[in-house]
Amino acid sequence: MNKENIAGGGSTGSTKSTMVEKILAAKSGQKKVEPGNLVNAKIDLALGNDITAPVAIKEFERFGVDKVFDPEKVVLVPDHFTPNKDIASAEQALLIRSFAEKYKIKHYFEVGRMGIEHALLPEQGLVRPGEVIIGADSHTCTYGALGAFATGVGSTDLAAAMVIGEAWFKVPPTMRFEYIGPLPRWVGGKDLILYTIGRIGVSGARYRAMEFAGPAISELSMDGRLTMANMAVEAGGKCGYVQPDQVTFDYLKGRVTVPYEAVYSDQDAVYERVFSFDVSALEPQIAISPSPDNVHPVSEARGTEIQQVVIGSCTNGRIEDLRLAASVIKNRRVHPQVRMLVIPATQQIYRQALEEGLLTTFIDAEAVVSTPTCGPCLGGHMGILARGERALATTNRNFIGRMGHPESEVYLCGPAVAAASAVAGIIVHPEEVVQ
Amino acid sequence: MIFEGKAWLFGDNIDTDAIIAARYLSTIDPRELAEHLMEDIKPEFPGLVGPGDILVGGENFGCGSSREHAPLAIKGAGISCVVARSFARIFYRNAINIGLPILECPEGLTGIESGSDQLRVDLEQGTVTHLRTGDIYQAEPFPPFMQEIIGRGGLVEYVKARIGQAQ
Repeated sequence: MNKENIAGGGSTGSTKSTMVEKILAAKSGQKKVEPGNLVNAKIDLALGNDITAPVAIKEFERFGVDKVFDPEKVVLVPDHFTPNKDIASAEQALLIRSFAEKYKIKHYFEVGRMGIEHALLPEQGLVRPGEVIIGADSHTCTYGALGAFATGVGSTDLAAAMVIGEAWFKVPPTMRFEYIGPLPRWVGGKDLILYTIGRIGVSGARYRAMEFAGPAISELSMDGRLTMANMAVEAGGKCGYVQPDQVTFDYLKGRVTVPYEAVYSDQDAVYERVFSFDVSALEPQIAISPSPDNVHPVSEARGTEIQQVVIGSCTNGRIEDLRLAASVIKNRRVHPQVRMLVIPATQQIYRQALEEGLLTTFIDAEAVVSTPTCGPCLGGHMGILARGERALATTNRNFIGRMGHPESEVYLCGPAVAAASAVAGIIVHPEEVVQ
Repeated sequence: MIFEGKAWLFGDNIDTDAIIAARYLSTIDPRELAEHLMEDIKPEFPGLVGPGDILVGGENFGCGSSREHAPLAIKGAGISCVVARSFARIFYRNAINIGLPILECPEGLTGIESGSDQLRVDLEQGTVTHLRTGDIYQAEPFPPFMQEIIGRGGLVEYVKARIGQAQ
């Protein structure tokens, strides 16, 4: 099925390609593809979680097959409502566990070994440059930070991919975003991506690939890049990516043992649009409820009262995020009217935070430290908001009712602003807390 | 296929958390999901919407999470079709994959009285007719392979047929 161009797209006449075009061409057995082409591509990894996999399993069973296409290329992570929040979620988790056992799924991550999927897969070396990865979770786009083509799909797409190891894609036009630094203190990947979404809007990159580049990206750590690619979907993007460089190879070292081939955009590849942002004077950014594109410099939201702070999620629950938050809150205390929740994204991050003394810092500051879970980010459990409450969170969405009651609010920011604001009880710039 | 039904109007950027909130995602039963359709942005909606009704959205309908529960909830409520100026890409895939008819009308439908005006949707022609005003809107055509997925009632049947042909 894969050596086939299902339908034509407009030819750009260029012999050059972007990274995503090259990956999709290679994985669909073609020399070159153009934006708009529909292709069937081979899948290197297909992912599901405890919310989306149950629907996929139900659909998978309709195929009447007795195996998945490759038990080593299917990943199942119960992370959203786990540790099971109620009987219904326990039943869903059980369904995945049984499926993993029956079909000998190699990468099934049980509670105790699991983490939030998009922090876990890169950490475990399951994501490699040049690969095609689909996940029944919209934030699958995170893996673009490692130079893969990774995109979110639904449960039925996952079911079909588990059977045939392929999926159809429309080759996206690519938008390039160049960030000119250096990055100011307190400004990181979260601020860059929020700023970008604020500039182009929640459908500004709809159906597009987003290529993140420029001097500020070269200097950005892998954790920061993962945060950026993670939120490409909040601009409507099909994927977001950074081309592999030394930061990428250093990250992969010791994690990935199988061979891979890094893919790069050609020097004069055709981009639909190129944005250049001078971020050398950027303030930390905040996305005000109820849309991720309602983005403002932190000074414009200063003084807003908050009742809860969440530091975690597939966006900002990595070790660097925890280090930054801990550095802000060390020897300080969470404001008496604020509840602060810290959720390390994986067991490995949890352990590292423990060894580095970060968890002690949080507990001494009277924050709660939780086992890895998506939990409150999607209003699942572990920190639901009451009517009229407002949370400041390092998560990715601030839609109506996202973290609880439909009349509660979520503001989005990076870990430094979140930790500083937890101390102040109102939204503040980290400099107001850390002298 | 031709549908006629009451139109329910929604705005731009209707996200999948609004369509079905995460607190209801511990079920995959479309009827159960339908009981909470659009609850957080229009609490009375599950009690108003009826079989054959048509959802009309603005730009970027279905943005946000990949939850297939969103089109499942819409289907579970008996809604025949969703028409929007544009769809978020995962929602678009999901709707096609589960056999929920959707139409993209970039010019946008105007002058609709939500909950009273009737629309007629002709899937083959890709047209939407506002029955009170007589206005006809032309939707973007589906590529042939997507028409085949819809015609077979979803991705599972489509892929099964393809596997069958290959053997």
